[in-house]
Amino acid sequence: MLLDPVFPCLLLPAGTFGRIDADASMCRRTGSKERQDGGGRGRGRSDHLPGGGDPAMKPMKPLSIISAALLFLTVLGAGPVAGQQKNLILATTTSTQDSGLLDVLIPLFEKRTGYFVKTIAVGSGQAMVMGEKGEADVLLVHSPEAEVKFVAAGYGINRRLVMHNDFVIVGPAADPAGVSGLKRAAEAFGKIAARQTTFLSRGDNSGTHAEERGLWKAAGVNPEGQKWYQQTGLGMGETLNIASEKRTYTLSDRGTYLALKKRLDLAVLVEGDRQLLNIYHVIEVNPAKWHKVNSAGARAFAAFMLAPETQAVIKTFGVDTFGSPLFFPDAGKEEERLGR
Amino acid sequence: MSPAGPLIEARGLRVERGGAVILDVPLLTVEEGEVLSFIGPNGAGKTTLLQTLSYLLRPFEGTLLFRGRKVGSDLPVLAYRRALAMASQEPLLFDTTVFENVSSGLRIRGVPKREMRSAVLDWLALFGVGGLKDRSARSLSGGEAQRVSLARAFAIRPDVMLLDEPFGSLDPRSREPLIEDMQAILKKTRTTTLFVTHDLMESLRLSDRIAVMDRGRICQIGPADKVLNAPVDEFVASFVGTGTILKGRILRENGDTVLVSVSGSGEAIESVGAFPVGETVLLCIRPENVTLSVPSGRAGSEDPLLTSARNLFSGAVTRVSPMGFYQRIDLDCGFPLVSYVTLQSCEALKLTEGRRVTASFKATAVHMIKKTGDPGENP
Amino acid sequence: MELILEGLRKAFWLLVTFDPEVMGITLLSLKVSGIATLVSLVIGISVGAVVALTRFPGRRIAVTLINTGMGLPPVVVGLFVSILLWRNGPLGFLEVLYTPTAMIIAQAVIATPIVMGITVAAMQQLPRKLRQQILALGATRVQLVLIMTREARLPLLAAVMAGFGGVISEVGASIMVGGNIKGYSRVLTTATVMEASRGNFDTAIALGIILLILAYGVNLVLTHIQQRERPR
Repeated sequence: MLLDPVFPCLLLPAGTFGRIDADASMCRRTGSKERQDGGGRGRGRSDHLPGGGDPAMKPMKPLSIISAALLFLTVLGAGPVAGQQKNLILATTTSTQDSGLLDVLIPLFEKRTGYFVKTIAVGSGQAMVMGEKGEADVLLVHSPEAEVKFVAAGYGINRRLVMHNDFVIVGPAADPAGVSGLKRAAEAFGKIAARQTTFLSRGDNSGTHAEERGLWKAAGVNPEGQKWYQQTGLGMGETLNIASEKRTYTLSDRGTYLALKKRLDLAVLVEGDRQLLNIYHVIEVNPAKWHKVNSAGARAFAAFMLAPETQAVIKTFGVDTFGSPLFFPDAGKEEERLGR
Repeated sequence: MSPAGPLIEARGLRVERGGAVILDVPLLTVEEGEVLSFIGPNGAGKTTLLQTLSYLLRPFEGTLLFRGRKVGSDLPVLAYRRALAMASQEPLLFDTTVFENVSSGLRIRGVPKREMRSAVLDWLALFGVGGLKDRSARSLSGGEAQRVSLARAFAIRPDVMLLDEPFGSLDPRSREPLIEDMQAILKKTRTTTLFVTHDLMESLRLSDRIAVMDRGRICQIGPADKVLNAPVDEFVASFVGTGTILKGRILRENGDTVLVSVSGSGEAIESVGAFPVGETVLLCIRPENVTLSVPSGRAGSEDPLLTSARNLFSGAVTRVSPMGFYQRIDLDCGFPLVSYVTLQSCEALKLTEGRRVTASFKATAVHMIKKTGDPGENP
Repeated sequence: MELILEGLRKAFWLLVTFDPEVMGITLLSLKVSGIATLVSLVIGISVGAVVALTRFPGRRIAVTLINTGMGLPPVVVGLFVSILLWRNGPLGFLEVLYTPTAMIIAQAVIATPIVMGITVAAMQQLPRKLRQQILALGATRVQLVLIMTREARLPLLAAVMAGFGGVISEVGASIMVGGNIKGYSRVLTTATVMEASRGNFDTAIALGIILLILAYGVNLVLTHIQQRERPR
């Protein structure tokens, strides 16, 4: 079995491959050639480098390739790299975004001005906090009381009226609280509280929620903590769905209600009250407070929202889908004179 | 062969764990080309010693010299480790093909592909597993896997091969052929090998020198026959299968022999050696050296045997135990005595429990150890 | 029930007509989560392997931290990352808030501890004496880590799947740091949430189904690779 010619590797002296000194001989080679090769292989150098010569280097190559590839991909993944001046952060509300109006207006603005608008849709409350912190450049919100405070505190400038729509009180057609047809929303709220019929609130500091709170105040009722008053913390669409499922009352903007109407088991019970007007303003974040704010972009956007062409788009938005417009353009008007 | 100086010299090796000393070897040298086996019971520190010698177990006290260079300072640890190869009881193969496994040591060292390939193929063939080279390591049987593991270690052509109970997890059918192959390979390659086992037979077959370990210390180290026939203390004696160990007291001297009375019996055994009278000693008698005879059954031939054996005792068989190729016979001759006889002899003499026999052994077959445990003087 | 059927129908329609917006959203989901998973693999496996295989003071604390990190609520990660990336925040100068890059960062932060934790467990599951055997073959520390990583490759594939699964389905952080901007940082999960909150449940379900198909497809490939290597 152990015939040398067949197994020349047996001829290798022990320690061939681990040899510390440089001249190693190799399997199947003979003569001086091996001496040269053996010395130059790097095996002999293994006692100087803790990682050995070649073996440790080999795994490094794929690693560095991978890291380079990753960096490249991450940069690539960043998408269109817009310059700082070209980015505009618009903080607005979920209901505004959900209406779909911005999906029409923003591309128009971008095409006209070249700005890249990042529309961040959150609740009015959060939008204004973003403005306070300078994390947004311009706001499009509909929470008048809070907006006034915002501007008064110096966080916003050039608060201007853009458009309005209205809220409606919706509920089950059976109307257990008997509020249908009432002319004053506050009165309806009062009756709902008196009858202790379930009311669903968004409870998320949104514009709708602020409006609702205002109505409770006008009705002289504090619904907090009462069993019939439930807060979802969710968006308008979801809240409407839940209200429909549970057959409760809720306050909604007309736009969202119309969009979901066919799936909902709710009817409009109270509408038309001046207090139910949902008024939208555009506010530029004050660059004096935060110098990183893109004030040029904010100004351009505000101007765009008030421009006649834009206002015309707003006027006709939604007519095809819902039969009636979702918003009423109000640029240039005085707030007190709004109303149907 | 090697120039002056041993291949490995270990001084003052000491390992403490949890307050207990699990290894304490003041000096150990390993000559180039020799096969040295370490035997001992479980927990004797054999594996610890092997791990220490390969610089795998840290921390430890002591210094290690390889070809005269100190490992860790003159000689970097990695370079030293690359001069070694190790295989354990479990094959510990990698989850890839057999070929990849055997070549891994070479690949780690950056050996070029052609050299690597021929080395791997040769060693696979040497261990008889050439046909398995493309098989997945997971699909091998225990015996095949262990052969691959050994091929992997040998393919490196190490300066020192360390084997930790390499045949330990094999069934007898796979073990025997592998031991034979290993014997041939070790002989042919003259690789310096340190191997650990608890099987005395293995170590006798494969090694030049045997080291008996107990509780972290080397009790005795020397050529196989020395350790077997002249154990240094009671522990080594019993571990190397001495069979009969008796306590006795020197009665009188008889020239070059002494007469020793066996404690607890009225008998006296004659043994070579020189010990002062009255000294308490241990008598070690290897079972292979105890011959048994029975009366032939022929009437009138009750003559006492004329034999050169100075020790003749009659006794009765207390137990017959099979030990593979021979039988172990326990006797009661006034003191317990163990003998090995071949199967044929056992049958021929009709050795069964209770049978009366005459046991004989020479004075030279008795090895005396001073009772306190100090090495007795070996002839 | 009917809603689900509607959703299924819509999903089928969107896919078959290669609706551009949906395609865009799907591709972005893949890109963002894919890159985040890759980053988490590089960091997670290398660090995890080192933690599993070496002894160092405070190792147990490190492992505990890693295991805790596996359960990090993604939305909390999103919150912290967005605070860091705010214009006026410490990393604001990078200007990556509300970009896919920010999403990749947040998702990588979420996925890395998952990959790391599974790697540590996978490596520790290897036979204890294997490490010694590899060292005894003369491996350097780097070679040791590489060989042991290769040995653990099957459970590590599970780590890949866990990491990817964790981020492709993530929504809280993605919304917070990405902004769900149409055509730019909107991915399947954020779009689903938006459609649901608008009440467009059929679209939401459709997007959800597409997300499931995507996740299933990726895991199909990975599982196939993993199971192909099972012992015969």
